[in-house]
Amino acid sequence: MAGMSPDSGGGVVSASSQAAFKKQLNKIYSWYVGGFILFVLILGIAEQMGLPRAWIGYAFLAGTVFLYAGIGFVSRTNDASEYYVAGRRVPAVYNGMATGSDWMSAASFIGMAGTLYLTGYSGLAFIMGWTGGYCLVALFLAPYLRKFGQFTIPDFLGARYDGNLARFIGIFAAILVSFVYVVAQIYGVGLITTRLTGVSFELGIFLGLGGILVCSFLGGMKAVTWTQVAQYIILIIAYLIPVVWLSVKQTGFPIPQLVYGYQLEKVTAREAELIKDPKELEVIAIFKERADALGAKLKDVPAALAADKAAAEKKVADLKAANAPAAELAAAEKALAAVPKDEAAAKDAWTKAQAANNARARPLAGMPRHGAMYAGDPKGDEKAKTAYDTSRRNFLALIFCLMVGTAALPHILMRFYTTPSVKEARESVSWSLFFIFLLYFTAPALAVLVKYEVFNVLVGTPFDKLPAWIGSWAAVDPTLLSVADVNKDGIFQLGEMRIGGDIIVLATPEIGGLPYVISGMVAAGGLAAALSTADGLLLTIANALSHDLYYKMIDPNASTERRVAISKALLLVVALAAAYVAAQKPADILFLVGAAFSFAAAAFFPALTLGIFWKRASKWGACIGMVGGLGITMYYMIMTQPWLRGVFGVTSPVELWYGIAPISAGVFGVPLGFALIILISLVTPAPKQEVQDLIDHVRYPTLR
Amino acid sequence: MQLTESHRQYWAKNLRVTAILLAIWFVVTYVVAYMARDLNFTFFGWPFSFWVGAQGSLVVYVLIIVYYAHYMNKLDQEHGCAEEVED
Repeated sequence: MAGMSPDSGGGVVSASSQAAFKKQLNKIYSWYVGGFILFVLILGIAEQMGLPRAWIGYAFLAGTVFLYAGIGFVSRTNDASEYYVAGRRVPAVYNGMATGSDWMSAASFIGMAGTLYLTGYSGLAFIMGWTGGYCLVALFLAPYLRKFGQFTIPDFLGARYDGNLARFIGIFAAILVSFVYVVAQIYGVGLITTRLTGVSFELGIFLGLGGILVCSFLGGMKAVTWTQVAQYIILIIAYLIPVVWLSVKQTGFPIPQLVYGYQLEKVTAREAELIKDPKELEVIAIFKERADALGAKLKDVPAALAADKAAAEKKVADLKAANAPAAELAAAEKALAAVPKDEAAAKDAWTKAQAANNARARPLAGMPRHGAMYAGDPKGDEKAKTAYDTSRRNFLALIFCLMVGTAALPHILMRFYTTPSVKEARESVSWSLFFIFLLYFTAPALAVLVKYEVFNVLVGTPFDKLPAWIGSWAAVDPTLLSVADVNKDGIFQLGEMRIGGDIIVLATPEIGGLPYVISGMVAAGGLAAALSTADGLLLTIANALSHDLYYKMIDPNASTERRVAISKALLLVVALAAAYVAAQKPADILFLVGAAFSFAAAAFFPALTLGIFWKRASKWGACIGMVGGLGITMYYMIMTQPWLRGVFGVTSPVELWYGIAPISAGVFGVPLGFALIILISLVTPAPKQEVQDLIDHVRYPTLR
Repeated sequence: MQLTESHRQYWAKNLRVTAILLAIWFVVTYVVAYMARDLNFTFFGWPFSFWVGAQGSLVVYVLIIVYYAHYMNKLDQEHGCAEEVED
């Protein structure tokens, strides 16, 4: 058959050896779980005996990274089938776990509960989008791709759409999607390592990267799969323990998922109190005043700037004349240096500061009420109605992009090539979703329980009695957490804290008052989540370049050793490039991840599904559909997303289509992709017989 | 390479179950989310549509996938499409 090489692995691995293999795996991973629990217990005892916190951080970082590297070393291989698809003998359960941790990235582990904490119901778009997408994977893709039985997603596009053009577009899109996504993961790695050990952000990135590289570098998919299983076990234990603890503490019941509805009721009642609380209103009024003051300065920028400058200069001169202490003088000089250089800079800085103050001059520190569905009011005035419609439309659009994107991410789809059979591929999707479900089921509970804790325990505490975690997190990065006694009453109000979503999960053990060893474990879990995803992504990029671009397009006679060697070299280059970009701290994590999903959805989903379900889909239809879908998605993002507008120097006013946020740009790309493929396929010749046969081949599990 | 009548039936049944499961998926996700404001009666403490978003839909997704795997594996057997396991 066209495009099917003899090592396509359509065959089924012998059942008895597979059973023995699975039994052995069960044994190894049981020992592993026991070992991990023992490790945590020993550290816990050591902490009680006075082991300093920093050492616990080092122990977790070193322990887990060495473990992953060790698995990579044991699974080292140069065999192509082992390197690219783990020898196609990963049992469904284990492939499920590996897919789970491949899937659950820093965004799921660290970011999601935080987003839910900050946005309430709107955050559920991520919960539904990132699980419901697996229905599409199961129904439309996984079994068929497994039957196809090659190595990568561009492989399928190349074979189905007859040639290198479709393959090349696939390579480009796979690299774009994976690179954007991997940058976000490496950023997460940097964040956690910094918190865990206190090293600088840049060094943190490279330390974590070492662990990723040893693993995927030596053993490819084989090593990555077995490491990911190990990482899944750590991350799920680490996620569940603090939530169960909080649940026991607050409700006396150890299954948070079942009881947090009642906590949500209490949170909702407390929200109503806080909205009316006079102290909170005081804080809001102060922020409003500050924003108004900035607004006044913005009305006449040159005059205000001159006044600011004169005041700062005068202060420095006065202090000098009065022989003031050096520290005071230094502070005044710093303030002078901080005065904007020219009018443009002043305008820019003040506009931003005004927006920031306005954002904080809102009830509940700007968070919507946790259980409120959508902003605005369908029965209110015109403005409230529009707000309601736009907010609902964006919620649905985001779910759509995340779902379709899930079913189109190359590093996830690639995993279904590693199972021994089509049957196991189907079962493996069930297991994947089940393992992902365990975490996603818990995240909304975590958000509610933490909110309950903050509203009831933290709010109203005197500033000098605030728990230590607030100070230690503010030291890591003040943009993530900062508290200041805005109304100078010595008591903490909700409006006086600015908290970034990314620290909610990492700080949960400390919020709940658990020993530090649990914090270390949670950080190790976050690290596992970020590393496992980064592993899978880097491998996807390296494979797209070495297997698809080099072997299939440039030198089809390359030996296996050479292909694997090239893949390994590329892995190194790509990893360093991604680390370099991450060290620049571009855009925010959630946007990067969302963008990757929109890109994947628009580029791959229409071409892959129509390729399987519609024999008529032709080469030109698919190529133009992929380019058109991806093109419009990128165009919309570049025109509307502030950071991208800066990068590409777009200055025209932002025009949103139907009010859709840039993160959901895929909502335009996917339908356009489908439409283009269908229309152009109908006016171009039908695919040739070989391709038609290939489609039958993937549709029926036994057809050769 | 010739497709038999059994093959055609197999594919038709596959398409049918796929369509039905997709319809369930659509209702649980989009219809409930669209009508979220109207469905926010209290359900064990949660507003109902909040619960569906946080838990109910997830359970349905898992069931959809498990059922599909089970149904298709059975269909493979009935239509002689099951992969043979070598001993």
